[in-house]
Amino acid sequence: MLEFFANLVPTSILDIWNSLPPLVQYLTIVTWKILFVTIGVILIVAFSTYFERKVIGSMQARIGPNRVGPIGLGQPFADVIKLLIKEVVVPSQSNKFLFVIAPLLTLIPALAAWAVIPLNDWYVIADINAGLLYVLAITSVGVYGVILAGWATNSKYAFLGAMRSAAQIVAYEIAMGFALVGILMAAGSLNLGDIVRAQAGGFSNWFVLPLLPLFLVYWISGIAETNRAPFDVAEGESEIVAGFHVEYSGVAFAIFFLAEYANMVLISSLTAIFFLGGWASPFEGLGFLKPVAEIPVLGLLVVGGFHWLFIKMAFFMYTFFWFRATFPRYRYDQIMRLGWKVFIPVTIVWITVEGVMAWFKVGPWSGLAG
Amino acid sequence: MAEIQNYTMNFGPQHPAAHGVLRLVLELDGETIQKADPHVGLLHRGTEKLAESKPFSQSIGYMDRLDYVSMMCNEHGYVLAIEKLLAVTIPLRAQYIRVMFDEITRILNHLMWLGAHGLDIGAMTMFLYCFREREDLMDCYEAVSGTRMHATYYRPGGVYRDLPETMPKYQESKFRSKKEIDRLNSIREGSLLDFIEAFTDKFPGCVDEYETLLTDNRIWKQRTVNIGVVTPDRAMQLGFSGPMLRGSGVEWDLRKKQPYEVYDQVDFDIPVGRNGDCYDRYLVRVEEMRQSNRIIKQCIDWLRANPGPVMIDDHKLVAPNRVEMKDDMESLIHHFKLFTEGYCVPEGEAYAAVEHPKGEFGVYIISDGANKPYRVKIRAPGFAHISAMSEMVEGHMLADVVAVIGTQDIVFGEVDR
Repeated sequence: MLEFFANLVPTSILDIWNSLPPLVQYLTIVTWKILFVTIGVILIVAFSTYFERKVIGSMQARIGPNRVGPIGLGQPFADVIKLLIKEVVVPSQSNKFLFVIAPLLTLIPALAAWAVIPLNDWYVIADINAGLLYVLAITSVGVYGVILAGWATNSKYAFLGAMRSAAQIVAYEIAMGFALVGILMAAGSLNLGDIVRAQAGGFSNWFVLPLLPLFLVYWISGIAETNRAPFDVAEGESEIVAGFHVEYSGVAFAIFFLAEYANMVLISSLTAIFFLGGWASPFEGLGFLKPVAEIPVLGLLVVGGFHWLFIKMAFFMYTFFWFRATFPRYRYDQIMRLGWKVFIPVTIVWITVEGVMAWFKVGPWSGLAG
Repeated sequence: MAEIQNYTMNFGPQHPAAHGVLRLVLELDGETIQKADPHVGLLHRGTEKLAESKPFSQSIGYMDRLDYVSMMCNEHGYVLAIEKLLAVTIPLRAQYIRVMFDEITRILNHLMWLGAHGLDIGAMTMFLYCFREREDLMDCYEAVSGTRMHATYYRPGGVYRDLPETMPKYQESKFRSKKEIDRLNSIREGSLLDFIEAFTDKFPGCVDEYETLLTDNRIWKQRTVNIGVVTPDRAMQLGFSGPMLRGSGVEWDLRKKQPYEVYDQVDFDIPVGRNGDCYDRYLVRVEEMRQSNRIIKQCIDWLRANPGPVMIDDHKLVAPNRVEMKDDMESLIHHFKLFTEGYCVPEGEAYAAVEHPKGEFGVYIISDGANKPYRVKIRAPGFAHISAMSEMVEGHMLADVVAVIGTQDIVFGEVDR
């Protein structure tokens, strides 16, 4: 990777760079990597709000934003500016400290999880071997922000939202964890990069085929975990108004909003990495496509890379919006039932099936050390 | 041990699912409703009292504003009561027009209800689909009366004027392309009847579209089946009417049981539910839209074949037309008298009820022989329905309160009057 950048800069700058101590070099590179990913995520979040409004708009036979900038592309920035210049009202009955830090507690994990997400074969901020565990741990922390927000607000509506969120997270975290156990068994690694590499070799090698039930459970749990429709009971517009963030305004609200969408992007990317081969191209391993890889733009479709991860992520984002436009909202106890009585048994059964198949080396597990 | 108290929550009046200004004081055990106490009256405008200080015909506009999503049906109840006191029979064509617009209004109301109910339960798209069709019906209102909402179209003695031969058309603007305008105007080329006919042809398809989104949707069913169950006996005791009563399985419809206007001449069925839950009431209302569509079609055929007057020819009650007024002394006097003091209604009392989209909408008028009513009492169906709120939601969860408000099809204009 370093050679790649080395070819781009003149030798004089390279000399200065080489004269720096290794620690400084390392820190500089990591800082830039982090900045690049964070800004990228925030930009994707900004435009996914636009994308959402356009997608849902077209599904609902209306136009969507089209006033700010060409075809409304400036809308996300207009929204940000509006929210930034609004007053943050802190309710007098609230616990001010918790009220203020709660939005940050949801945003930080949503962004921190990106540390282990491999964007392509070599771009990952922290290539740690416990990546999957890190993701599980850090995404669970996000809900503390929601619960604290609901609690610190000291409002009955917010409190109900927080309670709902807490119960929901317990139910779905387990199903999600079990689904990931299946991935772990199939890939034989906790490193997200290795999980993607285990799926190399085209569409037929992706985990989505042998692990279809786990894929569905993981995806639906992911929607529930991000509090999106039809599982958006924690903010349940028509029941508890806005749930946990009912009293938030201005920047504080914007941070919740940002965290929610960052989580959506994260869950979409994770689903793509775990089940759809991450950055890998579906056309890998098809011999007759080899010459196509040489063609400048079309070739990108054949070789793997960040663009494939982006396409898959965008597809899952689209389904998020699609569900929101299509489904009515579940009731809170029905969500619990779905989580405990449907998803957890399904995952346990499929993990057992997978274990038996792996033990006897049947199907896709024939190559694994059983 | 610490004393455990129920959680009291104030639901509304500023709440996205309060359908206006409903204030519910909920007693919650966790999320389970122990008691719901509806507080009404926040939209009280004194319609009944105001009507006492105005000539009869000048209160029609207030009636529009009672249930502001089914305007002409409100007018109908009031106008029928006055006609009963005056003992006049209106021309047949006017009766058909009234029936047609009653049914258009029923579809308008049920579309609004379906959209709002869907939105309450989280099916956001429903709302916009319903409003798309509602817009066309609003255009019918506009074509016939000049306003989209508060029509004041029904008058004692008939309807204000005959159906227009042309439809208002969309004008070109910088927000709409020429192609779009042509598409919108293509169904507006003919008369109002042509327009309504085009609508009735496409509308069953639209209802199918709504049903594909909701009727067999598992989430929709989980949210509505067995929620807010009312037994047939209890429904009658509570004074329910309209779809709320029919959803419980009681086949009671004033259009069939006490036909007014020409409802005995048209062919339609009354859907009834079986379980008396939110889902059955949903099915009943959706089917009612299809039946209304059928009635409108029949009215269109009759109206096309039978031109004629739409007002009685009695200038003691109905203003003469403007042309006559210009050169006829008698007409000018009639006009002046009608628009200053109105007409006097014989002493007596009358109750007239119509099958309003929400139930039995009745108007009771006492006249002391003056040009103003002595007393007007409006029987609003929603008032009886909301009284049953606590009973319907007890033991359900907070989210079901919203489903029940939706299924009751509450509009505060008529509850608070």
